[in-house]
Amino acid sequence: MNENIIASAAIFKKKNNARNKIVQNTGFAILLLCIIITILFLGSIIYFVGVNGIKIMSWEFLTAPPRKAMTAGGIGPAIVGTFYLTIGAILFSLPLGLSCAIYLSEYSPKSIAVNVIRLSINNLAGVPSVVFGLFGLFVFVDYFHFGVSILSGSLTLGILVLPGIISASQEALMAIPQSLREASLALGATQWQTIKRIVLPAALPGILTGVILSIGRAAGETAPILFTAATFYARGYPDSALSETMALPYHIYALMTEGTHPEKQTMIAYGSALTLLILVLLISALAIIIRQRQRNKMV
Amino acid sequence: MRRFKDSIYKWIFTALAFASLIFLLGIVIVLFREALPALKTTGFLDLVFGKSWYPTYSPPEFGILPLILASLWVTAGAMAVCVPLGVGSALYLHELASNRQKAILKPAIELLASIPSIVFGFFGMVVVAPFLQETFNLPTGLTAFTASLILGIMAIPTIASIAEDALSYVPPSFKEASYALGANRWQTLTQVVIPAAGSGISTAIILGMSRAVGETMTVLMVAGGAAVIPHSFFEPVRPMTSTIAAEMGEAATGSPHYAALFAIGLILFLITLVFNIVAEIISKRYRMKLGLSR
Repeated sequence: MNENIIASAAIFKKKNNARNKIVQNTGFAILLLCIIITILFLGSIIYFVGVNGIKIMSWEFLTAPPRKAMTAGGIGPAIVGTFYLTIGAILFSLPLGLSCAIYLSEYSPKSIAVNVIRLSINNLAGVPSVVFGLFGLFVFVDYFHFGVSILSGSLTLGILVLPGIISASQEALMAIPQSLREASLALGATQWQTIKRIVLPAALPGILTGVILSIGRAAGETAPILFTAATFYARGYPDSALSETMALPYHIYALMTEGTHPEKQTMIAYGSALTLLILVLLISALAIIIRQRQRNKMV
Repeated sequence: MRRFKDSIYKWIFTALAFASLIFLLGIVIVLFREALPALKTTGFLDLVFGKSWYPTYSPPEFGILPLILASLWVTAGAMAVCVPLGVGSALYLHELASNRQKAILKPAIELLASIPSIVFGFFGMVVVAPFLQETFNLPTGLTAFTASLILGIMAIPTIASIAEDALSYVPPSFKEASYALGANRWQTLTQVVIPAAGSGISTAIILGMSRAVGETMTVLMVAGGAAVIPHSFFEPVRPMTSTIAAEMGEAATGSPHYAALFAIGLILFLITLVFNIVAEIISKRYRMKLGLSR
């Protein structure tokens, strides 16, 4: 009797084991499928843009201004415009963001103020980009009378990337061992001297990573510059911070939605998309490599 | 003198630290102020539940419901694409990938997360939309379905990397205990690791949703743009973000249309604010549960 129970339990367990094994293998196969589909999807975007964009790519395409109502010529002014907008955004957000990160990691007493600042950073990071565009339109374009300009666009993009710069810098500062600060303070250095000469240099690679990632983000954003900086067609290169400008991401949008020669414009849009894609991927890759090297050094 | 200089620096940093708070408050104030005329003349309830959006008719009608529903449809569709694929990819990376695969796939996914949304929109417009139009024999390829698909693909890397982080925070002792009780890897994964990382994964999903609701260029280019209450996934729709982006250029500053667009911005802002606060609360609890301080 007992033996029977034991025997059937053993059979049951064996069956169960076999079933479990099948479930596990099926589950793992599905997970593998997930990552393969993900890679296929994302890879196909890069493939399509790459294969079609390369056809039109040339030195002239990258440097010349557009001609014949956007059906010929290049995207030079759009690349230059994106460059100005991005630099402007970082010039605005880096000092602000770094100061905020220094306050949070070096000076912050455990207080309500710190929690309020943290909360506002997190929420600012989640604001939709088109809402930043509305804010920029009202504040910079209309209220401060900067008009539709590189200045307005840069400031709007600057606010957009601010939370990212703060988080990355703060993380980099927090990773510096407390003993370094204590050693410096023990030698008679003031807190500012400690920050300037000890903490900031040590945190530099981390801060740099954040800045580079923000550059990539700012370069690719379209919605915030839609009403604050971008124009479909500029005769030449922008001549001051108050002139409106062409920009790479906006150029792609405009080519696909305006104008009268869809086929020719689509080819130029492919070229612009490939340029933007390469630019942003290279920038992000740089940031990831810097961070990886830093991590390896620390471990 | 040195001490004096020191305290000046301290005050400068303290003052500048409040910049994000000021910008956030500034956004709220600007949105409210500029949306106020629309809220006053149309009334909040009529605005939100109004069924027709005809901003250029006379008299114009500013009912946002079709736009809100369009945003919700497209977001829901995008979630159906990116949650299984994103979480599945994260689980693969966590459980099955060899160290070498991990070393390649993790940075690759992060890199893909940085592809600008305009490139996704462009791809959707020139490749996916014509393909869907032909395959399903539709009058147009620019539909809620196309927008959902593209938005979903776009959100996969974000969800995958946040979810993978959450999985990696689960202490190895949880797994070891489960193996010791005779559970196999799949049972451990589904019954121990996923529940333990559950709130982290939910945070990833909510943040992905928040991003999908607020995403502008992709839906502007591929959703088709018909401001009607959506009936089917294979019809063009017009989400909130693309309405603002498409119409702000034509709306005169201070006009009722302008105010209505700011009102849409306000509603959009409030929706994402709620998502973010929920994500924040969940992730805080999660960290406390696993005994992580930061």
